[in-house]
Amino acid sequence: MFMCLGVPARIEELEGDRATVSLEGTRRRVSVALTPDVKVGDYVLVHAGYAVAVVDEESARETIRLIEEAYGTLEEV
Amino acid sequence: MELWKRFKDPALAQKLLQELKGLCQGSSQRPTLMEVCGTHTVALSRTGLREVLSPYLDLRSGPGCPVCVTDDSDIDLMAEVARQPGVIVATYGDMLRVPGSYGTLLDLKAAGARVQLVYSALDALELARENPRDTVVMLGVGFETTAPVAALAVQRAASEGISNFLMLSLHKTIPNALRALLAENSRIDGLILPGHVSAIIGEEPYRFIAEESGVPAVITGFEAVDMLLGIVELVRLIVAGRPEVLNAYRRVVSPDGNPRARALLEEAFRPVAARWRGLGSIPDSGLALAEPFAAYDALQALGLRRPEARPPRRGCRCGEVLRGLIEPAECGLFAKACTPHSPVGPCMVSSEGACAAHYTYGRNG
Ligand code: SF4
Repeated sequence: MFMCLGVPARIEELEGDRATVSLEGTRRRVSVALTPDVKVGDYVLVHAGYAVAVVDEESARETIRLIEEAYGTLEEV
Repeated sequence: MELWKRFKDPALAQKLLQELKGLCQGSSQRPTLMEVCGTHTVALSRTGLREVLSPYLDLRSGPGCPVCVTDDSDIDLMAEVARQPGVIVATYGDMLRVPGSYGTLLDLKAAGARVQLVYSALDALELARENPRDTVVMLGVGFETTAPVAALAVQRAASEGISNFLMLSLHKTIPNALRALLAENSRIDGLILPGHVSAIIGEEPYRFIAEESGVPAVITGFEAVDMLLGIVELVRLIVAGRPEVLNAYRRVVSPDGNPRARALLEEAFRPVAARWRGLGSIPDSGLALAEPFAAYDALQALGLRRPEARPPRRGCRCGEVLRGLIEPAECGLFAKACTPHSPVGPCMVSSEGACAAHYTYGRNG
């Protein structure tokens, strides 16, 4: 139950400090009390029913770009 | 491929693995890395990375499984709470099956104690509202990721005047535990820092690790690509002899963490010494309720005393596993007397425990 998923959930609807998110095809209710500035369309990381962080898409792209460009000189498998 | 799926992309994982192999070539000894967090323990096992990486790295699990690090004396304290008349104990599921010297909470429940499973401290607050004649005691276990919601529950209880809700705060904080750990286990060359704890506290609280101990550390996430990227960066720092703290999980962890959650922690709690299984008492590594919320402190309200620290259970080496001193299979009870179906120690009870992860996903199971 402490397990936190690494998969980001998309905020679909907001209602006070509750939100409906979609996560890997399913919808569920989470609390956004810890991420008060969140908007519909944002991605959040959910831990035990709470969004604990907003996931930054631009940083995610940068990380992927870094790996593609800087790492692994050998052929891809 | 969708952006988030790229963090599972085998092609990217392969690139990083090649990079790692290159880095490890030429070094005579496998570097010893510790994954501090129980979620990493499970993720490394489940993705198969633990096995793939074993020729290059000695991966050790650390003290980042909340149930595992709960000291036996605190487990006995929970049992004591459950035996108070008029008390309903609210607990996370993993805690139910941890054996203390009076059996488990589940045993107590079977014997008539009122023990209720909850998913968050706010569920426990709801329980208190529904049972006004009883006292609901939340067993507050967990790290910086779990504690902010407990803080929220206590604040709401105070603002809504719910006086039959109490918190037994056994929450723990990671940074000083790492300090104690590194003082004790000098074999660790690098730390893989917990992704979600870091999402709350940010990068700053770890700086001392590198500065004081000379051990580099990296914050990373839980997908295969995240973990490999973190490990590559960490091994680079080790090879270069640069004790720094790097953030390889920038999409989730901002340098100053989650300000709202940090504020909640500061308002509702104060730092105290905490007892950790295997590590003993560590100063400023636990969270007790702050003065304005003292009325919600279960210890004070119920007039209970913290039991003396107890010697570890016979044969269970969970305390050594949590310090990275031994691998689960080195415990004589592992997979014999101790399995997830009949666990002897908490490292086998919790799904995030190193013993359970090695048993479930490992070759030794
Ligand atoms: S295998 Fe069981 S008895 Fe051995 S250290 Fe792990 S939890 Fe303790």
